[in-house]
Amino acid sequence: MSEAHAARSEVRPAIDVSRASKIYRRYSHRKQFATLKSALLTRSLIANLRPEETFTALSDVTLRVPKGRTLGVIGRNGSGKSTLLKLVAGITKPSAGSVRVDGRVSALIELGAGFHPEISGRENVFINGIMLGLSKREVARRFDEIVEFAELKEFIDAPVKTYSSGMYMRLGFAVAIHVDPDVLLVDEVLAVGDEGFTHKCLDKFADFKRRGKTILLVTHSLGLVERFCDEALWLDAGRIKGSGDPVRIVGAYLTDIEQREEQELAAGDTRARESAGLAVVSPDEPASAVLPDNPVESATAPADMFRAAEGRWGSREVEITDVTLAGPDGQPGHVFQSGERLDVRIKLRALLPIDDFVVGVGIFNAEGVCCYGTNTGIEDLAGERLVGDAEAVFSIDALDLVEGTYKLDVAVHRQDGYPYDYHRLLHTFRVKSRAKDVGIYRPKHAWQFSGDISFIDPRTPRLPRPDPPRHD
Amino acid sequence: MLRNLVQLPRYRGLIQSLVARELKARYRGSVLGFFWSFINPLLLLLVYTFVFKFVMPPPKGTDPYPLFMFCGLLPWTWFASSLMESSSALISGGNLIKKVLFPAEVLPIVTVTANMVHFFLALPILVIFLIVYQAPLTAGELAWFPFVVLVQYVFTLACALILSALTVHFRDIKDILANLLTLWFFATPIIYPYMNAPDIARRFMNLNPFAHIAISYQEILFFPGEFGHWKWLVAMAVLSAALFLSAYWIFDRLRDSFAEEV
Repeated sequence: MSEAHAARSEVRPAIDVSRASKIYRRYSHRKQFATLKSALLTRSLIANLRPEETFTALSDVTLRVPKGRTLGVIGRNGSGKSTLLKLVAGITKPSAGSVRVDGRVSALIELGAGFHPEISGRENVFINGIMLGLSKREVARRFDEIVEFAELKEFIDAPVKTYSSGMYMRLGFAVAIHVDPDVLLVDEVLAVGDEGFTHKCLDKFADFKRRGKTILLVTHSLGLVERFCDEALWLDAGRIKGSGDPVRIVGAYLTDIEQREEQELAAGDTRARESAGLAVVSPDEPASAVLPDNPVESATAPADMFRAAEGRWGSREVEITDVTLAGPDGQPGHVFQSGERLDVRIKLRALLPIDDFVVGVGIFNAEGVCCYGTNTGIEDLAGERLVGDAEAVFSIDALDLVEGTYKLDVAVHRQDGYPYDYHRLLHTFRVKSRAKDVGIYRPKHAWQFSGDISFIDPRTPRLPRPDPPRHD
Repeated sequence: MLRNLVQLPRYRGLIQSLVARELKARYRGSVLGFFWSFINPLLLLLVYTFVFKFVMPPPKGTDPYPLFMFCGLLPWTWFASSLMESSSALISGGNLIKKVLFPAEVLPIVTVTANMVHFFLALPILVIFLIVYQAPLTAGELAWFPFVVLVQYVFTLACALILSALTVHFRDIKDILANLLTLWFFATPIIYPYMNAPDIARRFMNLNPFAHIAISYQEILFFPGEFGHWKWLVAMAVLSAALFLSAYWIFDRLRDSFAEEV
């Protein structure tokens, strides 16, 4: 960003945020509704900030967006994206630093914020347009276009309170986009209508871009940032964590998310295992310590295997002491890429030699659907001898599952099903995928076309595709 | 502050359309629609007239009593409802302040202006009363009428700006205000004439800005003879202008906190 900026430094940037911070006052519950009395008593009629009562939404953010560029702002919830947008829009002032914007700004923050429910769509269009800085004549000139864009021709004279929320938002969007700003601020508003409308909005943005307008886009749709933005800015806890090439920033952001998920899943797994009494068994501890005298009693499996909740049962004559998942690099982890290699390492321990055993693995998705299950018995591996410490590794060459969270069943039991140690849904992992395909299983596949059929290259910024349809 | 104040005329179009929207929306869906602007003060007048005709005798020197009371009651309704509504204007318009780049002072201005339009809409009833009772009007006195309205507008606006800004921070102002207005109503010579008050009370009344506005209306429209209260009115005009500037200053100081506190 800095090089690009240096090259254009003689031109005034459209958006110039310099070391801006935004500190919000945070009230304790008692002070939530400040009363006149308390203010008079504490003599804090105007802003009496004490450090423990503040919340830093943005801290020391500097960014410059040259005219005609599109900047995508990404970050987790609460990272300060919307605060940044409000600062640029001029709705709030920075607590420190400065914000300067060159040209007319239109902020698509809350659509139809100024609509009055009792009066007609037509009147609301006029008032909203005037609020956003147009003159009455300018609204009149754009009126037909606005109504057509909102697809509300038949309803424009009905009071806005009779509109569906989709109609309401579409009308708000249509007005805001027809203000013809020099700088357009967009805050995650593309979830406004059906796919046709979303396409229309994206076309309109592309049109803005072509005409050299500056766009600041706050979104969770990373694909949109990659395809549509010239630059990306990654905010984390109010600070800039990275900025520059969208593909690089989105990649870094995704990696960070994976790491956090990894930590969360690891913590969750530990909790699940502890409550099932697994991780507490240290490798040095003899398994006989947990081997009960009457193994059959605790060895009963739930009646309905496909309904059972997570848990652990079995006689423990053979014990699963540890289960780790490892990706292609061999490192244990909890987040894996779809299509990559996955190893499930199962550490076993049998105090006495056992000759009747089967090791099994089952993969379940978040809805509890069994995606795949197998065991050594099914695959004609007859157990011969197991004693002391051993390890079984269940290797999947290509993890062809769609994105989602999955849980593992890991078990060792007799051929007749009598369980030695059954771990039910105790091990969680997540599959990540850049493709947002749906279902459970992703077969290796390819498309082939013949005849007069062609597709737009998805890498061209002209027509960014929105997120795929939801199948519900 | 001055820079913002100078910008104010630029929002004329916005204020106009918002006032129009306010008026349209208020009676949308009611059968009588705009007639409520006449009917409301008329009904209020009937209640007071009933009380002072049949329950207790009207004060001396106020015959015909309905006309006397109407002269003070209409401006008071404008004033009181402006203050009540503007105390919540910023909060109910919170969406605009938080989500749209919007000059916040427009909201109390719209409230006061919309109530002024209601006042104007009720004036024909006053005119009918004036004709029916053959009130002693002179052109010289009537010329003062627009000036009184202007003074009241500026004064109300000043109060509305302060109230709307402070209520954002202290929600209890709304409740305090409701009671305060009742007290203020009886402390102002509206249902009784100024002359009837004892000396000491009159001295206090001179400190009540709205008393001078009410007295001015009554002298112009009701009491025969010259408009003797004009000096007070001019003083009120100066005071109102100064108050407006200070109110705007306070409003401007608090402006940045609105988007966060609303």
